[in-house]
Parts: sequence; structure tokens; C-alpha cells
Amino acid sequence: MERRTVLKGLAGAAAALAAPAVHAQPAPIRVGMLTVKTGPLASGGIQMENGLRIFLNDRGMRLAGRPVVLTVSDTGGVPAQARTKTQELVERERCQVLIGPLAAFEALAIDDYIRQAGVPIISSSAAAEDLTQRQPNPWFVRPVGTSAQCMHPFAEYAAKDLGYRRMSTIADDFAYGHEQCAGFQRSFEDNGGRIVQKLWPPLAVPDYGTYISQLKTNADGAFIGFAGSNGFRFVRQFNEYGLKGRLPLLGGMTAVDESILQQMGNDAIGIVSTNWYSAEIDNPANRRFVEQMRREHRQDPGYYSAGAHISGAVLEAALEAVDGRIEDKEAFMRALRTGRVEETVRGPIRFDQYGQSIGNVYIRRVERKDGRLVNSVIKVYPEVSQFWTYDPQEFLRNPVYSRNWPPARHLEN
Amino acid sequence: MRREAAGAAVRGGLALLGLALLPWVLGGDFYVNLASQVLIYALLALSLNLLIGAAGLTSLGHAAYLGIAAYAAAWLTGNAGFGALPAALAALAIGTASAAVFGVLALRASGLGFLMITLALGQIVWGVAYRWVSLTGGDNGIRLADRPAVLGFDLGTPVAFYYFAAAVFALAFLFLRRLALSPLGACLRGTKEQPRRMAMLGHHVWMLRWIAFVLAGFWGSVAGLLYLYYHKFVSPQALSLQQSAEALLMVLLGGSSTLAGPVVGAAVITLVKNLVSSYVDRWLTLLGVIFVAVVVFMPQGIVPGLAGLLRRLRALRPERAGAAPPRAAAGHEAAP
Repeated sequence: MERRTVLKGLAGAAAALAAPAVHAQPAPIRVGMLTVKTGPLASGGIQMENGLRIFLNDRGMRLAGRPVVLTVSDTGGVPAQARTKTQELVERERCQVLIGPLAAFEALAIDDYIRQAGVPIISSSAAAEDLTQRQPNPWFVRPVGTSAQCMHPFAEYAAKDLGYRRMSTIADDFAYGHEQCAGFQRSFEDNGGRIVQKLWPPLAVPDYGTYISQLKTNADGAFIGFAGSNGFRFVRQFNEYGLKGRLPLLGGMTAVDESILQQMGNDAIGIVSTNWYSAEIDNPANRRFVEQMRREHRQDPGYYSAGAHISGAVLEAALEAVDGRIEDKEAFMRALRTGRVEETVRGPIRFDQYGQSIGNVYIRRVERKDGRLVNSVIKVYPEVSQFWTYDPQEFLRNPVYSRNWPPARHLEN
Repeated sequence: MRREAAGAAVRGGLALLGLALLPWVLGGDFYVNLASQVLIYALLALSLNLLIGAAGLTSLGHAAYLGIAAYAAAWLTGNAGFGALPAALAALAIGTASAAVFGVLALRASGLGFLMITLALGQIVWGVAYRWVSLTGGDNGIRLADRPAVLGFDLGTPVAFYYFAAAVFALAFLFLRRLALSPLGACLRGTKEQPRRMAMLGHHVWMLRWIAFVLAGFWGSVAGLLYLYYHKFVSPQALSLQQSAEALLMVLLGGSSTLAGPVVGAAVITLVKNLVSSYVDRWLTLLGVIFVAVVVFMPQGIVPGLAGLLRRLRALRPERAGAAPPRAAAGHEAAP
């Protein structure tokens, strides 16, 4: 079994450079990745690894003139194990920068160790709001969205562009679902809409029938905040109950993710959703990434693989800003948090003072194009901050988004 | 009999010395931290073994006490402004009290019924931790600001924490060993093997089992405190069914009839999960293979299995034949 430190491309690069001045090869930059390769979260975790490997291989395993050694660790999706694996990457593998972990509860479990060890970490998918809000960590940057970052503009889109007035929400009953729904609700109601129903099926519910039969079909639409394969299972049952066309669905970040979209088939066509990414974004970096993903993994990139790819781009930009000198941790961290990264697959991004990215948010519609289902971009909200149009100080004084906050004042029974 | 006791004292002394020297042998914070984790899970497995090995009651909800104590201590220090020591004592009291209540409920049955009731109770506790977001933070969990200082020693460094965990573990081990050798331990084993005869002899079988249940809950809560201090974080995974099942597997893998068994089982599982998984992608499969191998070749677990193997090897050596019958390496309580 091979040790998962990959030095691919190093030999080739060395041969190419060996010709005139035979300088000593600069010491490699040691990158650690925390992902999940066993258990229920493994599918997203493997996509994460694929995304990062595609990025690094595309750069010939060199960033800012230095070779890169990648060590990938499997946390099993368990917080205690995530912590041990983080320690292993930092203390034993001497990783200088970390990418990951997958789940918010893992990021929270290692948060205090990251502070103590002072190791820069680029969060490629964990979306918990407070990581960059009420408990910001100086060593943490998140080039992807918080749970609710895309929901604020999306709700405005629902209220203004689609003209919805009364909406239901249905989402996975855990922090990610709560935070997505809460952000949607706040912005929707501030734009004159009313959330008339909130449903919370448990994360591993075997059957959505009881929830679907409760959905108010006289609402203008339903917001669905699902993760993993739950979006796929929900939409299929929703259509089996004959609701397709009677109640428009608006999807959160992962409800119609590219990783499950092909299996969803015609069920999904027409669903409007939001994310900070779509495989259909038309920029050179993304066209290249999508082409590589399709060639190597026969899959369109989605939330997890794109997040890891963007993390790689952010790492590269910061390394270039400090001429590859990652050993100066403070300078490297400053470069990570202050730099503007022009060419990521989600478009240009920059960071706010909490380490959270400010960038494009896309409104997408599922369409069939050249025989495959895609999330076509129908509107772009540029420069979206995690605080949206709200005052950051006032935003942070409120409690974190949850099942009960903001309170639902317009529920109808 | 005296030789027996002296041998045990020597073995105990060697084990203590080994525990004390381990950080030097291991070198590197990563391995010291791993050793601390092994000790925490070993303590959890030992406490569970009080039910399985001694009383013959298989529980699938034992992580509940670990979780309850960890949540209680984290909440009391973070939200109620308790100091570290009052919070720790209160957390132990809460963990033990919940074991007392759960014991009353679960001990209405034994065998499979007992297993199912403990499973259900464990799931209820998990559900509360997961769903009562305002109290527990839901799946985001609660954090502990800092490890406490114990008797003026700061537990912040890996080595300091390791010694703290080792001291607690040694204390627990001695307690459980003493218990196993005591009349109470003997009665418990009696209720496991011959409950009706024990009842006829005038022993209160239910009460004996309940006492074992509460003691197991207490030491599970101690493991929970260590868990919280180590991770400075607790989330519903700490008391999930997966955690309970893992503790049960640790006991069965190592061998429930000995005190060393759960410790060995905890070490094997923790090391495969955290260390071997860095080298082997399919570490879960490897763990499965280990289980199957143990079940097939050493159905009583690793420690009794190896002890039996050792005995047979000794019996093969001609010069030793006819010598005093050898003792089980670590088993005090059960005849093989």
C-alpha cells in the first residue's frame, strides 16, 4: 500500500530543470489535507481529494517555484479522529498548511488545536457560520461560502425576481440545514416575503413521504436545504407524489449538487438553486477544471471538489505573494487573508477581516445540455459578503442562525 | 497465595513503571497524545467490562455516561461559571446519577432485553444532545475553553496530560482489580453464572447488578471527563451508538474475562483507527479482518487467547512438565 505522500511530477520537473545551473532542489512545501474516506461522508471526501489533486497535478506539483508534498488523512467523519489526524499532520508530517476538513463539526473540533499550534488552515467545505463570525480564528480562511452566505441573495432573488410572497422551507435537521434556512428566511422576509412553514426531517430519515404530504401546495415555492444524497432522495419522492410543477423548488447549496445531479435525471430539471460555484461558470480556469474532472473521474465538479480546487488556488496565490516562503508563518497568513485571488474556478475572491471570502454567488437552473444535466447560471450576484447588506456589527450581535433564530413570525397552520 | 500476591505486585509495579516511562520511549507529542487517547478509551472499556465481564450484562449504551459527564462539565464551566473542580465533581455526580436511573430502567431485563433497553437509553441521550440545540449546541457541540490545572500542574502540554490520564487510569485499574477480588466481585460473578442459586442463597441479585451498573456509569463518567479535557470539545458523536458499539468491541476483542483484555482491545482499536489508517486506506476492512480472526481463533478475546497459547507452549517444554500448574497470565477472576 503506497504512502499517500505523492511526489508525482517531481522527477519530471527536476529533469527539466537539471540542465544549466544545478541548484539544490528547494525544500518542498508540505500540504496536509483532512478529508473523509470511510463512512457515510466518504463520497464528498473523495471528491475533495480529487479536486485538490487535479489542481496540484495541473501545476506539476509545484507552487511558487517549490515542489509540493501532499499528505491526505482520513478523519472518518468523527471529530475525535479529526483531531488526532490534525495532530498527526502537524506534528509528525510537519505540514505547513492544512486544507479541509469536510464537516463543520470536525472544523469546530480541531479549532482550538489550530489556534494553539498556529498552523494556517484553508477550509474547503465546512460551512459553519461562527467559524468566521462569532469565534473567528486568526489561522483560518474560508474561500467558499458560509452556510447562509449564498442564501441572502438567493432569497432576494426569490422575492424580487421570481415574485414569491409565501414560501415553505424544508431542510436537514442539523446545523448546516438550520443555518441555510435561517439565512434564507431573514433575507426573504426583509424583502417582503413570508415563511409560512418550516419542516425539519432528520438527517437519515428513510422516507420523506410524511413531510412531503405536509408541504403547503398553495405556497409560491419551497426552499430545500439538503446535503449529501438527501436532495436526490427528496426530489425523487416529491415527484412521485405528483407535486412536480405544482410547487416550485428552490435549492440550497448542495440540494442539486453536480455530484448527484446526473442520477437525479429529469426529476431535477427546472429546479433553481444557488451556490458559490457551478460547473457551468464560463472562465478559463473552470473550463479547464471541468474538462479534467470529466476526463479523470467521469464526473462534473461540485461543491466538494470545487471547494478543494479553490483552496489550492488560494494557497498558490498566497505562496506567490511571499515568494514561496511559507516558513514565515505570519507573513504567509497575512498574504492568505489579504490577497485578492483573481483566477479561481468560482471567479475572483477576496477575504474580509474574519477570513471569510467575498465573491460571486450564482443563481442556477437545472437544464439538460448536450445530454447531461447542468446547473446553468441564470444570475450572478457579485462581491457577496457573509454579512450581505447587513451591518457586520449588528449582524454579529444577533445569535448565530439556528432552528429558532430568526423567529418565524408568519407560520400558518 | 502469598507468592501469587507478590507476583501481582511485581507485575503491577512493572506496568506502572512502563506507564511512567512511555513518553520517553515514544518521543514526539503525536505519539504521547495517542497514548493518552488509548488510556481514555481503555478506561471506558474497563468500566463497560464491569458490566460485561463481571456481571454478564452486555450494554450497547455505555457511551452515554462518557457523553453526559463531558457535556455536563463543558456546560457547567462554559455557561454556568463553575470552576474546574466543582464542574468536574458535578459532572461525575450527574453521570453517576443518570447511570443510577438508567440502571433501574434497564435492569428490568437481562440478556437481549437488557441490551435493547441500554441501546434505547443511549439513543435517547444522543437524541437530546443532537436536538436540544440551545443546551448542547446540536451537532456543533460545546467547547471547553481550557484544560484545568490539577494540583498546580497545567495539563496543557501533551506529556502533562498523559501523566494525568495515566494516574487516573491506574487508580481506576486498581479499584476495579480490588473490586474483582472482593466479596462483592465474587457475588457479581455469581449472579452472572448462577443468578437463581445466588438468589436462593439470599443475595439480592438485582441490587448487585444495579451496583455494578452504577459503578460502571461512574467510571464511564470519569472517562468522559478525561475525554473532554483531552479534546476540549464534545459533540453528539461522543455518545453515539457508534461510540458505544466501539467500546463493546474493545471489550470483546481484548477478552471480557480479564482486566487486561479491555485495555488491549482499546489499544488495538484506537491504534488502527488513528495510526494504521495513515498507511492503509482500507483500515476499516483491516479492523474487520482482525475481529473475524479473533472470533475464529481466540473466541474469548486476545488476552485469554494468548494466555492459553502461552500455557500450552509451556506444557510442551519437557523440563517444565510436572511443575506446578501455571497460572493465567492476567486473569484473576475467571477459570479458563
